Amino acid sequence: MSIHKPTPHEAATLHVTGRARYTDDVPLPSNTLHLAFGVSSVAFGQIADLNLSAVEAAKGVVAVYTAADIPGENDVSPIAHDEVMLAQAWVQYAGQPIFLVVADSHLNARKAARLAQVSYTEHTPSLSVDQAMAGDNPFEKAQKFRKGEPQDALKASAHQISGRIDMGGQEHFYLEGQVAAAIPQENGDMLVHSSTQHPTEVQHKVAHILDVPFNAVRVETRRMGGGFGGKESQANLPAGACALAAHLTGRPCKMRYDRDDDMIITGKRHDFRIEYNVGFDDSGKLNSVIMEHFTRCGWAMDLSLPVADRAMFHSDNAYNLPHAEIVSHRLRTNMASATAYRGFGGPQGALAIERVMDHIASHLGVDPLAVRRANFYVNGDTTPYHMEISDSVIAPLVDQLAASSDYEKRRAEIEAENLANSTAILRRGIALTPVKFGISFTLTKYNQAGALVHIYTDGSIHMNHGGTEMGQGLFTKVGQVAAHEFGVTLDDVKITATDTAKVPNTSATAASSGTDLNGMAVQDACETLKARLQKMLRGHFKTKAVAKFADGRITLGKHQIAFKDAVAMAYDARIQLSATGFYTTPKIKWDREAGRGHPFYYFAYGAAVSEVVIDTLTGENRILRTDILHDAGKSLNQAIDVGQIEGGFVQGAGWLTTEELVWDAKGHLKTHAPSTYKIPACSDRPPVFNVELFENENVEPTIHKSKAVGEPPFLLGMSVFFALSHAIGSAGNRDVYPSLNAPATPEEVLKTIYRLDGGGYGY
Amino acid sequence: MDISFLLNGETVQLTVEDPTVTVLDWLRETQGLCGTKEGCNEGDCGACTVMVSDASGNQALNSCILFLPQLNGKALRTVEGLATGDELHPVQQAMVDEHGSQCGFCTPGFVMSMATAHANDAVDHDDQLVGNLCRCTGYAPIIRAAKKVEGAPKPEWLGRDRWFVDRMLKEHDYASPTVLYEFAAWYKENPDATLIAGATDVGLWVTKGLRDLGKVCFLKQIEELAVIEKTENGLVIGAGASIAQVRDAVEPYYRDFAEMLRRFASEQVRNAGTIGGNIANGSPIGDCPPALIALGATITLQCGFETRELAIEDFFIEYGKQDIGAGEFVRSIFIPDQPDRVKCYKLSKRFDQDISAVCGCISITVTDGVVTDARVAFGGMAGTPRRALAVEKALISKPWTYESVAGVLPRMMLDFIPMTDMRASAEYRMKAAQGMLQRYVLEDFDHETRVLEVSS
Repeated sequence: MSIHKPTPHEAATLHVTGRARYTDDVPLPSNTLHLAFGVSSVAFGQIADLNLSAVEAAKGVVAVYTAADIPGENDVSPIAHDEVMLAQAWVQYAGQPIFLVVADSHLNARKAARLAQVSYTEHTPSLSVDQAMAGDNPFEKAQKFRKGEPQDALKASAHQISGRIDMGGQEHFYLEGQVAAAIPQENGDMLVHSSTQHPTEVQHKVAHILDVPFNAVRVETRRMGGGFGGKESQANLPAGACALAAHLTGRPCKMRYDRDDDMIITGKRHDFRIEYNVGFDDSGKLNSVIMEHFTRCGWAMDLSLPVADRAMFHSDNAYNLPHAEIVSHRLRTNMASATAYRGFGGPQGALAIERVMDHIASHLGVDPLAVRRANFYVNGDTTPYHMEISDSVIAPLVDQLAASSDYEKRRAEIEAENLANSTAILRRGIALTPVKFGISFTLTKYNQAGALVHIYTDGSIHMNHGGTEMGQGLFTKVGQVAAHEFGVTLDDVKITATDTAKVPNTSATAASSGTDLNGMAVQDACETLKARLQKMLRGHFKTKAVAKFADGRITLGKHQIAFKDAVAMAYDARIQLSATGFYTTPKIKWDREAGRGHPFYYFAYGAAVSEVVIDTLTGENRILRTDILHDAGKSLNQAIDVGQIEGGFVQGAGWLTTEELVWDAKGHLKTHAPSTYKIPACSDRPPVFNVELFENENVEPTIHKSKAVGEPPFLLGMSVFFALSHAIGSAGNRDVYPSLNAPATPEEVLKTIYRLDGGGYGY
Repeated sequence: MDISFLLNGETVQLTVEDPTVTVLDWLRETQGLCGTKEGCNEGDCGACTVMVSDASGNQALNSCILFLPQLNGKALRTVEGLATGDELHPVQQAMVDEHGSQCGFCTPGFVMSMATAHANDAVDHDDQLVGNLCRCTGYAPIIRAAKKVEGAPKPEWLGRDRWFVDRMLKEHDYASPTVLYEFAAWYKENPDATLIAGATDVGLWVTKGLRDLGKVCFLKQIEELAVIEKTENGLVIGAGASIAQVRDAVEPYYRDFAEMLRRFASEQVRNAGTIGGNIANGSPIGDCPPALIALGATITLQCGFETRELAIEDFFIEYGKQDIGAGEFVRSIFIPDQPDRVKCYKLSKRFDQDISAVCGCISITVTDGVVTDARVAFGGMAGTPRRALAVEKALISKPWTYESVAGVLPRMMLDFIPMTDMRASAEYRMKAAQGMLQRYVLEDFDHETRVLEVSS
């Protein structure tokens, strides 16, 4: 049995020996050319003059292309056809590509790209939320969820509070930057190697750019060196550029962004400002929640509408909101277009309701966990988008974690210590936060997947599906599914690169759905093949027994045959040993206009307890301990799931602590390298880090009753943020709620401490 | 420039046309050894980590900011050269068994840092690995793997590499001198040359600034320049000493200076970067200068055969301008013997491998309960590393109490008008600098003030 086992990552040995091949490692012909973009130095303006003569004359330069050289559509957008690959008259953000240098080396291309003389007629960029609101040019009208009578209920509530939380965006910082290569084929066809989560979209964009049908473009992706949503739509640009240059020069072309270029050009997590008015009773039980989301989407639409939708979908997190109104503004700003990032708006929406829980507890002077518990969903409750909750395990899960982490005792000790020692410089804090995360693409049509499985005559299996491997272990899990179906070992299953020529019309590997969708599609293909083998063997053995596939053998009643021998027999009998599989997620429906439906197949749950310490003189802070209990359903691979949880937690904690994006007043990103943008390092992980899987199985018939695990654990990082809030709250006037904003850098922590005592922060 | 070195056990001899070709590019583009990855191209992520060995030991280095000539006379191991036949190196096997890789892109760099630490019997895993960023795993399984191989047998090739390197003829010429006075004389005649020691800063001029450096001179082969010596009245540190060597040297005398150097950049950068480079580049946010100012250090500059000495704070004139003449170079640093009163407070968004927003280094001498000497130095508060002279003056003769310190804090505003940038606001820098002085006095009276010392 190969499922429900902690099998190592299928490529682990390749990883540790440096033999795992990434897009930049694919051997290319010696006449390959290398590309670099010349980018805008202003955030908003018209190109007054573009003089490229020095670029063209630079060492090693073969060609320089602008928008005018594009034979087809100048667009790399995922949805709205509003994102030019190369700027035309206008530039919309600092860093926007204007021209494309094609040179004999990566270094020569980069050097030449800096030699352009560009003059602009500058306009005032729209950068802040306030500027964007005043400009009144959103990507669509404000969206709204409404349940019950929120305004009336608010007024009728025993207690009312209001507040606002600002949370920053986040750079993906995949270790492998954006990279693609295009190799011209005969008759105008194009083969593209792309580090993308969405090969089909790259195929479409390349076809549009070259003005050829989809069948003239083939995209292959073996693996990415990290994606996290940052290669869902952002891979279109370098792949499109490579295809354009390869088409025009007739030579293979490769492009990898230098890290600074990558961070400047590509989109990031959406930052949000969320304002809230909340009514509740003496126990902290919510009566009404009214929230307004403001998110800076950048210059193009990209995936901002579904991201902002998902923030709304998660504005309840794990809590029942009896009356609710959630309004969302999707703002156009002159910045890189914000894009998908693990959680896809969910973490931002959930952070606001967790802030509300923390704020209510401060208002009532009680443990925030008591407020959280008072509001947990119970099955039968409905969400603000009118979906009935039927699979909640949040209350027992939190009970189990609170006990195993000794939460109550530790919180009491910290409270006592902070109260007893009012002049202490160092202060500790602790918080437990839950996660409920909706699984499915909220655009229903994306919830489909295909697979292709071949059995060769020696019994070896070749498996392909529409999902992409970015480190999350998708290929391992899907390989386990196939091995389990045929009763063979994982070594007998060859897992191959995602390829638009093998499985067509795929969805992005996103929304945590990779295993749910592709695992089922592969299972479907396997079942087709198994049925054919069973039919043959029933005839051969003259039995009606059900064929069981296990341990390399097929058993029908008292008859048994080696899998390999059965396969050879099938070939001789002229039985097809190749099959496709297909899957669509059942049950889901969503009426976006009405804000009503059943957008998620199911929910994944989890909770984390984090303890932190802060320095009230400088705001420096660190995590001391984290305990996590997470629901991965009946885990397909415990090692991979725990890896997703540990990694997701640290990434989520990074978002809320050290990772700060800074733009200057003119819209230039100032944190565009790891020297200035700080993702968690090794020593930032909790020194005590206990991670357990919650004993559960999916109530829905997902692949072997497992649950998606890619995004939900990211939200566990919220526990760190509220532990910091707890510590800060002890450092000053306890009647004032800290209202900590994210990221909680040392500066943000210190500023918040000063605010508690009404002290001036300036000097 | 002719160089020779070992690559995964095989001798390489080549003539380098462009001395600023990086080892990373050479491996990937010329040798087809694509296991070593480019993550950031500036020495901040560790995906390109390789092991470089010579008589002084084994070092993890960032190959993206390591120039090919810097390998001269050394043994280079890349991820492709770790396994022995089909048998994985113990760290490789442990990384597989402990699920230490997810996307796998940072993995070769991690494996090289871990293999180097393993070769050196280093078990301070967080410090060893802080220069390697991983975005997938949250590091926990990687640390489990590192712990698992503590004490595991070392590969045979380690000894073989060293045997060959010890016998390898080191090529040297003007651009890669070995004798200090030859270099000094040459540099006096060629003051336009770019001096390259560890290349942790100059490397970025090439990989990010895309500059053509013209004439260059590699200093790391001059052993005399890296000598650290305890004399009768102090510690003399050659400018070429690496940050790692300086950390070891100051540890017995100035524990907190050593602790700050533990947090200086990363293992890879501490191995490559030199104390001389950290001073000579004149950065207002280098971490050594404030500590050295607080310690009352002097530096010796040399031009040809002439040397001169000056207080280190006088070296920094204004932003981008140092007291150094054409053809002159930083020869050594002298720290006079003194009781260990210096505390070093490095403040950054992330504890490790980050550039300080403010670095405060403070040494206050108290005699009979009264302040008799004060050296309060900061990086990140002005265009140069500088002393807070108004604060110092106000402290002298005051009784050594928290109240005295609180009373002089407003004077910090006479000393500094800090700037706002992506690391911190001006307000925060001022508040934090004042907080550091408070921390110093509280710490002196045994209050707990360091979050890094709080146990879980």
